[in-house]
Amino acid sequence: MSLRRIFAMMRKEVIQIWRDPLSLLVIFAMPIVQLIIYGYGVNLDIKHIPLCVYDRDATQTSQDLLKHFQATDYFSIVHVGGSYRDIVQRIDRGACTVAVVVPPQFSEDLQAHGQAPVQALLDASDSNTASIGMGYALSIVQAYSQGVQIEWQQRNGMPPATPNVTFQPRTWFNEDLESMANIVPGVVAMVMAVVGAFLTSLTIAREWERGTMEQLIATPVRKLEIQIGKLIPYFVIGMMDTALCAGAAVWWFGVPFRGSWSVLFACSALFLIVVLSLGYLFSVTAKTQLAASQFALLTTLLPTFLLSGFIFPIDQMPVFVQWITRILPARYYVSILRNIFLKGTPVRILAENILALGIIAVLLIIRATRAFQKRLE
Amino acid sequence: MSGSEASVVVEDLTKRFGTFVAVDSISFQAHRGEIFGFLGPNGAGKSTTIRILCGLLLPSSGQARVAGVDVAREPELVRQQIGYMSQKFSLYNDLKVIENLRFFAGLYSVPAKVLPERLAWALHMAGLEGREQTPTRDLAVGWKQRLALGCAVLHRPPIVFLDEPTSGVDPVSRRKFWELIQQMVSEGITVFVTTHYMDEAEYCNRLVLIDRGRIVAMGTPTELKTRSLKGQLLLVECEPLGPGLEALHEAPGVLDAAVFGSSLHATVADAQGAMPGIRAALEARGLKVGRLEQIPPSLEDVFVNLTAARDSKPGRAA
Repeated sequence: MSLRRIFAMMRKEVIQIWRDPLSLLVIFAMPIVQLIIYGYGVNLDIKHIPLCVYDRDATQTSQDLLKHFQATDYFSIVHVGGSYRDIVQRIDRGACTVAVVVPPQFSEDLQAHGQAPVQALLDASDSNTASIGMGYALSIVQAYSQGVQIEWQQRNGMPPATPNVTFQPRTWFNEDLESMANIVPGVVAMVMAVVGAFLTSLTIAREWERGTMEQLIATPVRKLEIQIGKLIPYFVIGMMDTALCAGAAVWWFGVPFRGSWSVLFACSALFLIVVLSLGYLFSVTAKTQLAASQFALLTTLLPTFLLSGFIFPIDQMPVFVQWITRILPARYYVSILRNIFLKGTPVRILAENILALGIIAVLLIIRATRAFQKRLE
Repeated sequence: MSGSEASVVVEDLTKRFGTFVAVDSISFQAHRGEIFGFLGPNGAGKSTTIRILCGLLLPSSGQARVAGVDVAREPELVRQQIGYMSQKFSLYNDLKVIENLRFFAGLYSVPAKVLPERLAWALHMAGLEGREQTPTRDLAVGWKQRLALGCAVLHRPPIVFLDEPTSGVDPVSRRKFWELIQQMVSEGITVFVTTHYMDEAEYCNRLVLIDRGRIVAMGTPTELKTRSLKGQLLLVECEPLGPGLEALHEAPGVLDAAVFGSSLHATVADAQGAMPGIRAALEARGLKVGRLEQIPPSLEDVFVNLTAARDSKPGRAA
């Protein structure tokens, strides 16, 4: 091993990256674009569901009920309907997802029997939003109903019945139940997958395509020196992007950060080694930039997006898909990121993930190093 | 074997790609301080041989020793001893002239002490003084080739391999390039060069003629011209050329005939004796005969003659 030759490779690679507009775009612009897309665009919190009301009772009591809907963030009343037809049309058009219809005898029935139905119509073409909307509506009506019941009992001289079971939820780690706190740390993994695997997938293939490889391998530079010299610049860039994304997550998006920065960077370095080796492996085997980059994106970006738990929870996937996720390095890294951000440094959980990443890293390094030969065949 | 004097020793070297035999059990030696030429048409196996000698391809069988080292076994040891210039231009176009030079100086571990002097020397040799900061992509082909040569010899290797270094280069740049080669040889460097330009072959101290993977002749240019041609050579000018060639083939005493530019060349056993018969045969067909005289053979004559001899053997490929 000669430091001189490694340094020559590094220096050349840095100059080439610096003069290549595509590389610069991927390195500097892409992390920011991804942060904006995932930080603002992907919001899994369902709020302000468009609501339509049709009050056929039109009494103080019915208005009271509807005020409860108005008072939450979950719904926005977009229209007050005048007829059934009117409401149905609005649901058809997609102008509202939920419609609440208060029947004509609502307050009378409530007074007389202590019981009255309220109708909810839901556009369930988006089943997720519909079922969440139904849940919200149900809990609003239940809360209202409880108040009415206590009032009714008091008026009739009964002692107020206390409910038997009280539910007292306390949310940990992500106290405000913000999906952003769950997603933004994962953006670090997405950015690293692109910078690490995509950019390195071009580095060897580019030399084959441009014919510079023949001259390069005719010099005494060892293959390991080529590999190290080429990958160090991308490693540094990857770590810089990690710092950029993690910093933005904490100071821009306000995601809590409870772990240690040094553990975060150490784990990121490990994940980076995995994706760099993967990109390098594709670059060596594919020999054309197009094929290598397609492979790299297909095996890193897509699985990281879909299967790592970044957005879609792994335990909700079919069992066989869950098994597939076990070979995905991003799965372990996303889990590490979330734990460090939201929980701190729970040693046992981190150790499992780090061990898995470490095994993958070692296997890939061996594979990538063996794949490259200083020959033309 | 004179091990100390032979820079390149090739013994029974064969390279197959699948069923195709690119190099067919060739043997030769190149000596220290000579220009050793590898001459042959495209696809003859020149590049394959040179790539084996640089350790870029593994031989199927046989042995190649460069600077006393078996290339297949110790390629890295060989690579420090050689400079290689591939057929296709393969420096970094997105690097500046000086950046390319510094990069290869680094890979060849040129000592820091002599680096400035070597860089200056390479720039001077390539005629690129003052253009250190020019992006390599902006250089004309001739300059690119000289820069590539500069990069390949920054570490002062004892042996230099040049694969068709002047293809696609204008005649003036070609002559300049050959001056550089001759200068290197005068410093004791062995230059192994492939070419398909016959005129360039004349610059070589020794030559191997290669065709379809086999060596058809070997020697100095003079040796080849005198020995390899079986007979003497006649220049025949006549109009029109096509029927003239036909007539020549049938004329008495003619061993072989071929078109050379705007005239014909005929190989005969005895030039003086054959000339009257040839003139008569051509005129009998009503052809206008111009010059008819004995000429010294060129390498091209030798080459055409030797490969034609192979072609006329039974069972040749169409």
